[in-house]
Amino acid sequence: MRPPAIGLAHRTGGWCVGRPAARWTAWLLLVLAAGAQALPVTDDRGVTVDLREAPRRIVTLLPSLTETVCALGACERLVGVDDWSNWPEPVRTLPHVGGLDDAQVERLVALRPDVVLVGATARAAARLERLGIPVVGLDIKTLADARRVFDTVGRLLQVPGAEKAWQLVEAGVEAAVRSVPAAARGTSVYFEVSAGPYAASESSHIGELLTRLGATNVVPARLGSVPKLNPEFVVRADPQLILIADRDAPSLATRPGWSRIRALRDGRVCALSAAQGDVVVRPGPRLAEAAQVLADCLAGRLKGPR
Amino acid sequence: MTARGTDPGSPSPLSLSRGEGARGGLTSGGLGLLLVAATLLLLALGTAVGSLGWEPLWSQAEAASTIVWDIRLPRSLGAWLAGALLGLAGAVAQGLFRNPLADPYLMGSATGAAFGVAVLLVAMGASPGAASGWAAQFGLAGAGFAGAVLAVLVTLGLARGVQHTLRLLLAGVIVGVVFGALAALVMFWAPEVMRAMQAFLLGTTAFLGWDGTGLLALVLALVLPLVVAWSPALDALALGEATALSLGIPLRSVRVLLVAGIALATGAAVAQVGLIAFVGLVAPHLVRAAVRPTHRGLLPLAALSGGLLLLAADVLSRWLLAPRELPVGVLTALLGGAYLLWLMHRRPP
Repeated sequence: MRPPAIGLAHRTGGWCVGRPAARWTAWLLLVLAAGAQALPVTDDRGVTVDLREAPRRIVTLLPSLTETVCALGACERLVGVDDWSNWPEPVRTLPHVGGLDDAQVERLVALRPDVVLVGATARAAARLERLGIPVVGLDIKTLADARRVFDTVGRLLQVPGAEKAWQLVEAGVEAAVRSVPAAARGTSVYFEVSAGPYAASESSHIGELLTRLGATNVVPARLGSVPKLNPEFVVRADPQLILIADRDAPSLATRPGWSRIRALRDGRVCALSAAQGDVVVRPGPRLAEAAQVLADCLAGRLKGPR
Repeated sequence: MTARGTDPGSPSPLSLSRGEGARGGLTSGGLGLLLVAATLLLLALGTAVGSLGWEPLWSQAEAASTIVWDIRLPRSLGAWLAGALLGLAGAVAQGLFRNPLADPYLMGSATGAAFGVAVLLVAMGASPGAASGWAAQFGLAGAGFAGAVLAVLVTLGLARGVQHTLRLLLAGVIVGVVFGALAALVMFWAPEVMRAMQAFLLGTTAFLGWDGTGLLALVLALVLPLVVAWSPALDALALGEATALSLGIPLRSVRVLLVAGIALATGAAVAQVGLIAFVGLVAPHLVRAAVRPTHRGLLPLAALSGGLLLLAADVLSRWLLAPRELPVGVLTALLGGAYLLWLMHRRPP
């Protein structure tokens, strides 16, 4: 068993390493790994993680991070993922070690990861750090965040091509933008994340994609990225198109007053399957696909139940 | 909560204070009028507060009248009715169990409803095609109601009927915990229902329409006369079971009726608005803090104050951060709790 060779420097400074032996090993590895560059990476919590070498055993606790690691060609270095990660295909067979708030710390530690990638608010982060496992917390809410995370993960894994991978995403999004017919531009849309109703506003990554596709989001950015709305607000906004998970779509017409919304009167409800929903709500390497799904909805190529 | 113990047999007035009769010149009738007036005022407010905050729509435009008639009015009325049912059920429960901490969710109905809803959500997810709009809407409320009733029946079975109040109380707590665990288990196996469940668990008045409101009105019209008719039994029970029996109260049948009333009222409210905490517990205390009526007066007044509390919370939840909405359960706890704390603080024990 290879002890983790790490140094964690927090903003408060100081080196903390799990065991004295690890410090020796770290020093030894440093000597042995001739020319291996230490690449300190500062995550979105302001914690600086300094891995002595490229991590060979990685655990991700967020589907978009799983997908990002794989997109950067490091899929085979993953030894564990969260319960929700289901793409690309190979990660389905990896150990699933819980979710955002219920990570199974013991199983996770048993996987002996060199680094764990989590969402910035994950509860498991502090616990794992106390156990001497380096944790990188990343906060992904917008397209700019997704791009930054590509770069951070690329530097952390010491793989080239993060910039190129992002350009591919960008090119895909551009292609999706071009596929929207001119007539569909300016369509007013309402994207429901879940029945609350919680909506994706202009400032969420979904909202940003919709804006680039030329749609007008009825939920303004000032309400926060995924606000819980008064249903009356949606009736007043009278969107021309509604995007919603197919499991929630049937209940739309039964909501008080909603039957008079243009989208429902014209049958322009885009019901996303679970797989499509995954693609759209994850700000990761499949953003181009997400943009294409949204573009298809706008263009009327994707129809929900009438 | 109270300065007095709740040992069976003591003539526990279940109150925050020791005064007798009317206080500060306020009679039960006066309090009733006050509550009705405040309710009407808040109903008017509820039709004038929308997604843009304060925004009365007096215009005759078709869109405006649709919004007032199809959205704001049923929502405000429905919130009031659900609160009234919870307040009523709370008052009956506190009288029946002779315990000031009793609330309508006591017999496991809340978590039973949660379990029913979770199961239905999973079933609907398994076959989204089968869930047509009407069935989905009726199904959720129906499943919540069925779950609540099932939990109460299990409680009654465990307690071997209604004869033994303490046993009933204990069985209710146990059943509540077990059904809560089952609901959590369903959510664990099918995490995709988590989001939809969360709205239910926090309680929401956002999607109340005329159909749900009509149902609530029907249940209130059914339960209120029933429990008020049997309210003298609750007064007798406050003096202890032996006394109640010696007064010729048919305790057994009365208990069955009252438990059915609590279950029906709570089940209907929970099915429509989810698990809104605190209204049922605090509404009877709000009444008792102001006046000291017999149960004949207390029950309708508790319904009125429960309705007022939830209606106020509903209007505020829409108004404070419009067009965003605060969880209504948070506001009921803040409003009712703050008022009660202030009352307790004002009156030294």
